[in-house]
Amino acid sequence: MDLTLHVWRQSGPKDKGQLETYPAKGISPDMSFLEMLDEVNEQLIKTGKTPIVFDHDCREGICGTCSQTINGKAHGGQDRTTVCQLHMRSFKDGDEIFIEPWRARAFPVIKDLIVDRTALDTIMQAGGYVSCHTGGIPDGNAHPIGKPVADYAMDAAECIGCGACVAGCPNSSAMLYTSAKVAQLAVLPQGKHEAKARVKNMTDALQAEGFGNCTNHLECEASCPKGISVKFIAKLNREYMKAVVS
Amino acid sequence: MILDGKTPTGPIEKTWDKHRFDMKLVNPSNKRKFKVLVVGTGLAGGAAAASLGELGYNVEAFCYQDSSRRAHSIAAQGGINAAKNYPNDGDSIYRLFYDTIKGGDFRAREADVWRLAQVSNNIIDQCVAQGVPFARDYAGYLDNRSFGGAQVSRTFYARGQTGQQLLLGAYSALSRQVKAGTVKMYERTEMVDLVVVDGVAKGITCRNMITGEIKSYWGDAVCLATGGYVNVFYLSTNAMGCSVTAAWKAAQKGAYFANPCYTQIHPTCIPQTGDHQSKLTLMSESLRNDGRCWAPKNKEDCDKAPGDIPEEDRDYYLERKYPSFGNLAPRDIASRAAKEQCDDERGVGPGKRGVYLDYATAIERVGEHTIKERYGNLFEMYEKITDENAYKRPMRIYPAPHYSMGGLWVDYNLMSNIPGLFVLGEANFSVHGANRLGASALMQGLADGYFVIPYTIAGYLATVTPGTVTDEHPAFKESKEQVQAQTDKLLNIKGKKTVSEFHRELGKVMWEDVGMARSESSLKNALQRIPEIRDEFWKNVNVTGSGAELNQQLENAGRVSDFLEFAEVFTIDALHREESCGGHFRTEHQTDDGEAMRDDENFAYVAAWEFKGAGKAPELHKEPLKFDNVKLAVRSYK
Ligand SMILES: Cc1cc2nc3c(=O)[nH]c(=O)nc-3n(C[C@H](O)[C@H](O)[C@H](O)COP(=O)(O)OP(=O)(O)OC[C@H]3O[C@@H](n4cnc5c(N)ncnc54)[C@H](O)[C@@H]3O)c2cc1C
Ligand code: FES
Repeated sequence: MDLTLHVWRQSGPKDKGQLETYPAKGISPDMSFLEMLDEVNEQLIKTGKTPIVFDHDCREGICGTCSQTINGKAHGGQDRTTVCQLHMRSFKDGDEIFIEPWRARAFPVIKDLIVDRTALDTIMQAGGYVSCHTGGIPDGNAHPIGKPVADYAMDAAECIGCGACVAGCPNSSAMLYTSAKVAQLAVLPQGKHEAKARVKNMTDALQAEGFGNCTNHLECEASCPKGISVKFIAKLNREYMKAVVS
Repeated sequence: MILDGKTPTGPIEKTWDKHRFDMKLVNPSNKRKFKVLVVGTGLAGGAAAASLGELGYNVEAFCYQDSSRRAHSIAAQGGINAAKNYPNDGDSIYRLFYDTIKGGDFRAREADVWRLAQVSNNIIDQCVAQGVPFARDYAGYLDNRSFGGAQVSRTFYARGQTGQQLLLGAYSALSRQVKAGTVKMYERTEMVDLVVVDGVAKGITCRNMITGEIKSYWGDAVCLATGGYVNVFYLSTNAMGCSVTAAWKAAQKGAYFANPCYTQIHPTCIPQTGDHQSKLTLMSESLRNDGRCWAPKNKEDCDKAPGDIPEEDRDYYLERKYPSFGNLAPRDIASRAAKEQCDDERGVGPGKRGVYLDYATAIERVGEHTIKERYGNLFEMYEKITDENAYKRPMRIYPAPHYSMGGLWVDYNLMSNIPGLFVLGEANFSVHGANRLGASALMQGLADGYFVIPYTIAGYLATVTPGTVTDEHPAFKESKEQVQAQTDKLLNIKGKKTVSEFHRELGKVMWEDVGMARSESSLKNALQRIPEIRDEFWKNVNVTGSGAELNQQLENAGRVSDFLEFAEVFTIDALHREESCGGHFRTEHQTDDGEAMRDDENFAYVAAWEFKGAGKAPELHKEPLKFDNVKLAVRSYK
């Protein structure tokens, strides 16, 4: 099939950037979206133009590196699908496709479709861990953890840290991302001891990094390629209240 | 030269404890004076950086992704082994040790494997303490499953995302140290040279992938934990950025590369659909617990819908050839069997490179619901990629390059032949011999990072004075100039072919001639083709853009240029090893019914190659392997 792409091109952080139009010809429905872009890049190179840069690595929906807004939707808007797992069969011949980077104050554009997501790491560094040492740890079965609790923790832990929740949110909030880690560790016996400090420190970092607040649009859950539930935001709020009130 | 692996002597079950006691320690107040560079933050590097930082060393860590959480360890699905024996089914450290040695086709060092089995239990405890949400049973205890040809259930897992959860555990420990100021993290920073001063590793040179700046970093020791090299085949289950570059730069500086020809081809991957394909996706091995592999018996049936091929016209080839292991035969055997079916023109799907993995029998037996519970996410992934519903129609699978058992040569302390250069995780060659068992790579990465390097690096650092060589030393300037010259050279060729075209061309040669089955003539053909491709690359590659900017073409060009040198040594190794063992199958060395034939008399050694320059014959150094605790046996899965 033949498509027309409108791709965000920005040479660097200081450049204003603009959409540019490129044809994508002879695209196979079996290609992934990124393979389609590879193909377009090969053509750009052959015609002496500068290829489009975009973040990607695993190409199987787990590393969280790929990050594109397609037709206004983070990862293209297909249910529980990262852009690297989006296939061209969900487009049709003649389609016009708009491709932009994640848009958020906390994610400055580095070049073309690549943004700087260091702020997400900073939030984790503020408390997204259990402060255990390497070694000197009791047996893994010393503290049984009921299956429902383990499953709940795993549901939260599936977050791939891509930032789609931020890109999808009208306030550019990173609440879903933060809450997933807070909730995972808050329900586990290992994580309980530091729960109060963790939720405070992580939410403080969230604000300091320039993310917006959550006003319950729930676009984050809709954008999340792993389907992380907004129930974790409710959990974060409860944990936060517990931490500041008591 | 005969290499010494420096393995401790005495009864094997005491070796690691005794060695730990014998090694020197670094005084706590001195630790912060030592600077340690850790390149790579996957399971091995992430665990190492966090643990060394916590011990008080001054650590700098590097990765090419935009966050240390994204290393390719994240993609591991199936699980991680440990000898806990929770299910009470007869597991023990000895059994895990034995299975690993046997699985590796008797081509690994006994003492290293023993240590791995011994610390495996600590790994599980460590990860649980970090909050890794392993699967649990209803009583709240850790759940296990059997995996990849093991006859005991020793695999711990977190749904189909074990690697992700373990890596996030290591990442959380690392984040804690970054916050504490003991580790400085450099993301989007690619190591492009190793700095060696008077024969000792003293630093690295990197390219900042955002600005293009070429900068050196000094350290009293350098740890490489930079993962595997199977992207030399172009299409593999590895991430796009995985490369041999860091290891190869070390090899160019004199580090020996051990057993490069030992690579693992994973039997259950989604087949290629066309030339546009950029990577292959693995479907967890656990799928073979319930799925049955088959191919049509008759060529004429290949284009029919699978449902139209009657039972008697299907060849359940694994069950036929290996009645006792059946569909659970080890990876190398299952992969080769799939290839045989396709070489016999009985393959299915696009290009006829595929076989069926069928769940109909299992669905009949336990119901679709149970199958969904066990493999739901994998079936979903399969459908996303192929647009086919595997509950209704058998999956199509085909083998793909997956893991590299070979890697930089290291001694028992994980130190390469260059003093001060340590190598961890998939990047070293140490424990898997000629074939790796499922769920053992995650175990090795974390063992190296959490429980081995913190001890062995002290043994080395205690013998050096910290900070004697810094980036003021002329060797650093020289290294930067060399990198700059290489960058300029790549950018100035301005040829006609893209970097990907060269990579694809190399991959095709490697896959066809140095892939699952290798013969003298195919290997010789590859040895002719590789230098040709390399020569053309240096004359005709088109690397767009400049060096002083974010330039993915340039990054890729550097990686491909290293693959083009490495591939030749890889092939030479495969040609020299006149036997079949594990992932290395030489068609000349097989029994009448097609089983691999090892030659213990002549090849029970590690082949460590010293690189002498592109196109020059590398020099072979041997480390003989001794087996005092297991009896060499023919690996039979019949
Ligand atoms: C799809 C898939 C599924 C798997 N499933 C399993 C499983 O179920 N069980 C199991 O035990 N094993 C499994 N494996 C194998 C296992 O995941 C890997 O062998 C293991 O995770 C490797 O860890 P590592 O730390 O050595 O390397 P990696 O995780 O690959 O990390 C490499 C690190 O090095 C960095 N790096 C590389 N080159 C450079 C450079 N030049 N400069 C700077 N940084 C660099 C990267 O940024 C990264 O941080 C699987 C592998 C794949 C691909
Ligand atoms: S590239 Fe890894 S999730 Fe898309």
